[in-house]
Amino acid sequence: MFLHDIGIIPGGKKTDAVGKDALSITNLSRRGFVVGSSLFVVGVALAGCSSYEEPKIDPDAIDLPEAGPSPLTEVKGGDATPALWIAIEEDGTVKITCHRSEMGQQVWTSMAQIVADELEADWDKVQIVQAEGHERYGDQNTDGSRSVRYNFHRLRLAGAAMRQMLTEAAAVYWKMQPSECSASQGLVSNNQNSDTLSYGNLAKLAARLQVPGEADITVKDPKDWRYINKEIPSLTIPLITRGEGTFGIDVDKPGMVYAVIARPPQLFGRTGAVRDADTLAVPGVLQTVKLPDAKPPALFQALGGVAVVAEDTWAAIQGRNALEVDWIDGPNAGYDSEAFAEQMQQTAKRSGTVRRKRGNIASGLSSAANRIEAEYYAPHLSQSPMEPPAATAQWDGDKLECWACVQDPQATRQTLSDLLKIDKENITVNATWLGGAFGRKSKPDFVVEAALIAKEVGKPVKVTWTREDEVRHGYYHSVSAQRLEAGMDGNGKCTSYLHRTVFPPIASTFVPGMDVPTDGEMGLGATDVPFAMPNLQVESGNAKGHLRIGWLRSVSNIYHAFAVQSFAAEMAHAAGRDQKEYLLELIGDARTIDPGDEGATYPNYDASIEEYPIETARLTNVVNMAADMAKWGRDLPSGHGLGIAVHRSFLSYIATVIEVAVSPDGSMTIPGIWLALDAGTVINPRHAKAQMEGGTIYGLSNALFGEITAKKGAVVQENFPSWRVLRMGEAPRAFEVEIVKSNSAPAGVGEPATPPAAPALTNAIFNATGHRIRKLPIIGASGSKLSLPAKETA
Amino acid sequence: MATTLNINGKDETIDAAPGTPLLWVLRDHLKMTGTKFGCGVAQCGACTVHVDGAPTRSCITAHDSLDGAKVTTIEGVQGRAADAIREVWVKNDVPQCGYCQSGQIMAATALLAENSSPSDEDIDAAMSGNICRCATYMSIRRAIKEAAS
Repeated sequence: MFLHDIGIIPGGKKTDAVGKDALSITNLSRRGFVVGSSLFVVGVALAGCSSYEEPKIDPDAIDLPEAGPSPLTEVKGGDATPALWIAIEEDGTVKITCHRSEMGQQVWTSMAQIVADELEADWDKVQIVQAEGHERYGDQNTDGSRSVRYNFHRLRLAGAAMRQMLTEAAAVYWKMQPSECSASQGLVSNNQNSDTLSYGNLAKLAARLQVPGEADITVKDPKDWRYINKEIPSLTIPLITRGEGTFGIDVDKPGMVYAVIARPPQLFGRTGAVRDADTLAVPGVLQTVKLPDAKPPALFQALGGVAVVAEDTWAAIQGRNALEVDWIDGPNAGYDSEAFAEQMQQTAKRSGTVRRKRGNIASGLSSAANRIEAEYYAPHLSQSPMEPPAATAQWDGDKLECWACVQDPQATRQTLSDLLKIDKENITVNATWLGGAFGRKSKPDFVVEAALIAKEVGKPVKVTWTREDEVRHGYYHSVSAQRLEAGMDGNGKCTSYLHRTVFPPIASTFVPGMDVPTDGEMGLGATDVPFAMPNLQVESGNAKGHLRIGWLRSVSNIYHAFAVQSFAAEMAHAAGRDQKEYLLELIGDARTIDPGDEGATYPNYDASIEEYPIETARLTNVVNMAADMAKWGRDLPSGHGLGIAVHRSFLSYIATVIEVAVSPDGSMTIPGIWLALDAGTVINPRHAKAQMEGGTIYGLSNALFGEITAKKGAVVQENFPSWRVLRMGEAPRAFEVEIVKSNSAPAGVGEPATPPAAPALTNAIFNATGHRIRKLPIIGASGSKLSLPAKETA
Repeated sequence: MATTLNINGKDETIDAAPGTPLLWVLRDHLKMTGTKFGCGVAQCGACTVHVDGAPTRSCITAHDSLDGAKVTTIEGVQGRAADAIREVWVKNDVPQCGYCQSGQIMAATALLAENSSPSDEDIDAAMSGNICRCATYMSIRRAIKEAAS
């Protein structure tokens, strides 16, 4: 990669600021760390010394050999060249580029913690620059709970390399060896006489030095970390409390108009006759724009329909209400989610495609002393971030610039290039803050809509999705039917385990007619099952997609963990054993597991199985921790129950214990939740804990209330509350999190708390009431309590 | 027809269609985007502002019904309760994505101004109209109690 390739040569194009305060986007130069050139002198009064006046360095007065190219462009994780990530200004401000999207996981703060720690920056001088979508940053797909995992190594290198170059610059200035200088908190000290030079003063000189190679960079010993693994306050939250910061829906451009879209009720339904006279009569409405019909596969296309463009969002919504469109049925007109559930359940009863195999399941089951089986069902779900999708697009001739709440600005740029047939170099995509995402904003269809409309209108256009749009036209979490069967010996020990899972794959959104669950989805809680019995088989059954199927926080782990961890408790019950003790027995001895040894094609979250093996000891450890936190086994009041579940996902290990209190009439509260997390190295324990709470409640909200259904191909739910989510009064009263102290490689925290939440809850309900829930949601959109049938147990 | 609204202590002349909700007047006309759109039907609380001190859903409140009223938004809310809420929100890193938090802060500020030591039940009653998909509910509960003490 060279300067002219990446368009960041000094004096080149400056992108607009997307926000206020620390949000400004600046140019990045590989050589020039500094903007501006005003002379200044910093006076620093050092304790115990007479006043020391820092000399102003004139870098041009110092003769240096010409530096070669950066040797850090292709380290593990991508480019670690310091100038790509760090710009130090003369006043000492340290601008750190965050190439991942901020959606509440505090990635601004965590990326900055890593860089600033190795850089020995003064935290108070740190500001964040949000990167636009560009390949120079490497992977920007803020999905899969992997921002830290992908970037920890290279951002440490970038920070440390910069620290060494600043130290070397000071040594050059003082005409001594770098080893005789030390960098700390934004200053380089002369070890011989306590003189100091500030980073802002050294930056220009440092920029002319050779970037060190990886072998010559010394990252800190973890015991010397100042910011990593510390509860550093969020960089975004002070802005949030004042209503500042720019989300996608907040973008404003001069001359901008506002659009909402009437979309076909069915996926691949088409737009027929449009009668817009009443729409155009609404005050403030400017025009309507018919969008091209979508054709399979869905990809990230706009869904078609008719856009209403107006002087404000409200007028656009009113105009849409007045619009009459004859929608033409498409290939999904026959989709009825209730009938489809029946069909999937039938598929789950038949032998499927074997995806992992150990021993002989048929003989194992037939020779078992005791056999149990159970079927589970989980519905479609909507991500429903509080900020619905919103995007602003502006054309300048052939050039397109967009501002949007996207999880993957690079994929957005590529999608725009593919679908609008324009050169990628002519497209700029600016990621704003995301008001939640949960996978919805990995799909940039709404940015395509904005670009199409803006082209037609000839002005900057902001497309806003209303909540109804978000609920009815999403990329839904897949619906699933599963069947599990187990055989036990005379002592109740499990000897045989069969898991069959049926669901429309996410690939159905991208490949026409694709109905085979992919290895990736199977590896989210099915083929990676960590159980130790001698006979084990995991099978899949096919199912077609009729809505757009997409990622939702923790993806297939949700339904797989629900079924597997519920079934573990069902086995314990059949064996007359304690849930937790039986779970530990299922997991078995401390060992590492590679599902690939048993015929699975297992992606392991795109990590090597050597670096991130499945370690049963870590599962066992978090089970014991969570159980101890909850005082598992304690006497409980009548109607109370504790339930436990454990799951490895996104390379992290989480066990969750939930206590429920159920009244005889079925009304239920959650007095407490106890969660143990092993995510290896954790950058910010406070923010990881917030993700544990958030991920768990997200899972509970779905399990208790969440259900998207379809009739005649159209989603039935419309807004809150027909699409119901958990509220304050339904949240648990107590929530305790413990994090395993670990220097292991960092794993995910954004998603992995979600999968164990539902089975821990249903296992608790079973222990409280004897009622086993195998179909979600537990309560649904209109219910207020559990419906408790006659008890299943004696 | 232009309407004059008092927003954060300042008179603003609004030229929006009759019946346009205050939310869109704030966001699209006055470019005060701190007040958020979440549902449009008074179900989520993201659009909460104060009208004469009372928490109000701006998404269903016609701007031209507010003649003579004092409107306060997240950008302008101040005073003892607001200061205390902001302080504990920052100190405890209450928000995650932050999108619903303008509404949460407006609701919590109104609660605290009314009730200086709210119980769990009081907090549930005052805050259950404000949805947070990041599920900061437990943090909000803890922070309101801390602000009260």
